[in-house]
Amino acid sequence: MIWIVGMMAFWAAAWCINVWLANSAHAEKRAVRIAVPVLFGVTILVLWEGLVRGFGVSQVILPPPSQVIVVFAQSMDILWIDFVQTVLKGALRGFLIGATAAFVAALLIDRSAFLTRGLLPIGNFVAALPIVGVAPILVNWFGFDWHSKAAVVVVMVFFPILVNTVQGLRETDAMQRDLMRTYAAGYFQTLAKLRIPAAMPFVFNGLKIATTLALIGAIVAEYFGSPTRGMGFRISTGVGSLSIDLVWAEIFVSALVGSAFYGVVTWIEKRVTFWHPSQRG
Amino acid sequence: MKNAVPVLSVLAVIVAAWWLAVAPMNIRPALDIAERGGAVVVPEGSVPRRDVSVWKLMLDNPGQVAVGYDLKRPRLPTPSQVGEELWKTTGAMVAKGRTWSKRSLVYHAWVTLQSTLWGFMLGTTIGILGAVAIVYSRVMDMSVMPWAIISQTVPIVALAPMIIVVSNQIGIDGRGVPKAIISAYLCFFPVLVSMVKGLRSPTAQQLDLLKTYNTNGFQSFFKLRLPASVPFLFTALKVGIAAALVGTIVGELPTGAISGLGARILIGDQFGTPLAIWSALICAAILAGALVTLIDVLQRITLRRMGFHT
Repeated sequence: MIWIVGMMAFWAAAWCINVWLANSAHAEKRAVRIAVPVLFGVTILVLWEGLVRGFGVSQVILPPPSQVIVVFAQSMDILWIDFVQTVLKGALRGFLIGATAAFVAALLIDRSAFLTRGLLPIGNFVAALPIVGVAPILVNWFGFDWHSKAAVVVVMVFFPILVNTVQGLRETDAMQRDLMRTYAAGYFQTLAKLRIPAAMPFVFNGLKIATTLALIGAIVAEYFGSPTRGMGFRISTGVGSLSIDLVWAEIFVSALVGSAFYGVVTWIEKRVTFWHPSQRG
Repeated sequence: MKNAVPVLSVLAVIVAAWWLAVAPMNIRPALDIAERGGAVVVPEGSVPRRDVSVWKLMLDNPGQVAVGYDLKRPRLPTPSQVGEELWKTTGAMVAKGRTWSKRSLVYHAWVTLQSTLWGFMLGTTIGILGAVAIVYSRVMDMSVMPWAIISQTVPIVALAPMIIVVSNQIGIDGRGVPKAIISAYLCFFPVLVSMVKGLRSPTAQQLDLLKTYNTNGFQSFFKLRLPASVPFLFTALKVGIAAALVGTIVGELPTGAISGLGARILIGDQFGTPLAIWSALICAAILAGALVTLIDVLQRITLRRMGFHT
């Protein structure tokens, strides 16, 4: 009972503080802009903790966040091995290969108006497909180790990046290209100095979509066979053997990695496309 | 329609490349089968062949390449094999009156479609309500919006098995509810973001005009903000329904589902029947295409009726 009451009290207090902060004169300050969502997140964790402890939910169903943190700290070594296997070997390598391939393919496609018109609709369509389904096929082709995971990631990230890059390369208008012509710039100079920089906001759009897809691909591929390590392996076996707290620790890691990955790409985007209106201000 | 010729020719090239790729992909199992059938294969035995490249195998055994196009369990099936399997499990089953048999893809596609639509409805509702709350409340805007973005960077597949286990434990039978939750999780975000943009799209001038008409909050919402957001909504719905389908299939992949297209893929993997996987994949692609097209048509009709120039 004390848990429920405490949880409710915390919820009410946090909500009041957030309302006060958001409507106060300081609402535009950086500290407040960070504090409000952080308080919201903490409230959800407290609610979770309170509900689980207050109603005595079995740990096999839903462990409280405090216990997840304890398990997270205790099994750092396992989590690290899984992180290396799934993220560094599978997702990251696949992401780099897929992004490079998509970028190069986009440059080649862009040279032909016919190909652009033919491939854009198809690429858009394929980008909307449930490509995760190819995971078992690729695991069958490339074996259980990280190669097959990277292959799934390559296939998943390829089309969103391709479509966005091709679209971005068409972003420059005739005036700008004409200006480059008056400078006597060749194809490659125009590409390097005008069209690729102009395409960058679109490319990063694709890259940001691809960060999540890369992790999804790497984890799903492990459900279909993997060496005895990796986040997907740990999750699927953990659910079976009822070590749910370890599964939640893996979910916590994947959430951290996903957000960090996205954050890094956004950070690079800020450096690269500093001139774009959406980055100023 | 001016894109029809380029699209069709690119499709033709893709199918041709697929068809050509079958030969090198299937040459090893094809040679194994041919050897067992008594044909002379260079080099003999599947173990020594492992060190020889597929191209050399194809050059040395030109007669056996054709075998690779007619395997029962190919590494890469030909387009026609997949088409045949697809017809056998859909059209032919319907013709025999076994549309709802467990072996029919129509049945599995229907199971997947149901969860997708439930998840789509749930996700769209959450997205729209969330957007309204965010547009009208500063607190919601500041506290929920960052978490909505973070929620999408969390790989849902990690959570999917947990959602299934938890909903099972609290006494929800079957896979429908957890699958719908997973697809709603993927589907709500594009709707939320677009609706926030759409509800904020009326200009200050338009809002001021409504003020001079002495409208209250409800009226300006229903007469200005909501109609102005409809084009944004439809764009998001197209992304959302595709995401909902992905979510359902992800929800069907882990931990032993038995019906649905994702489960067909899983079962095809476990029983080593690649044709079942491929036909389920193509079926999922057709389903995705049909759903997106449906929303596209709805979008055109609605926007024309509303007087938007599209």
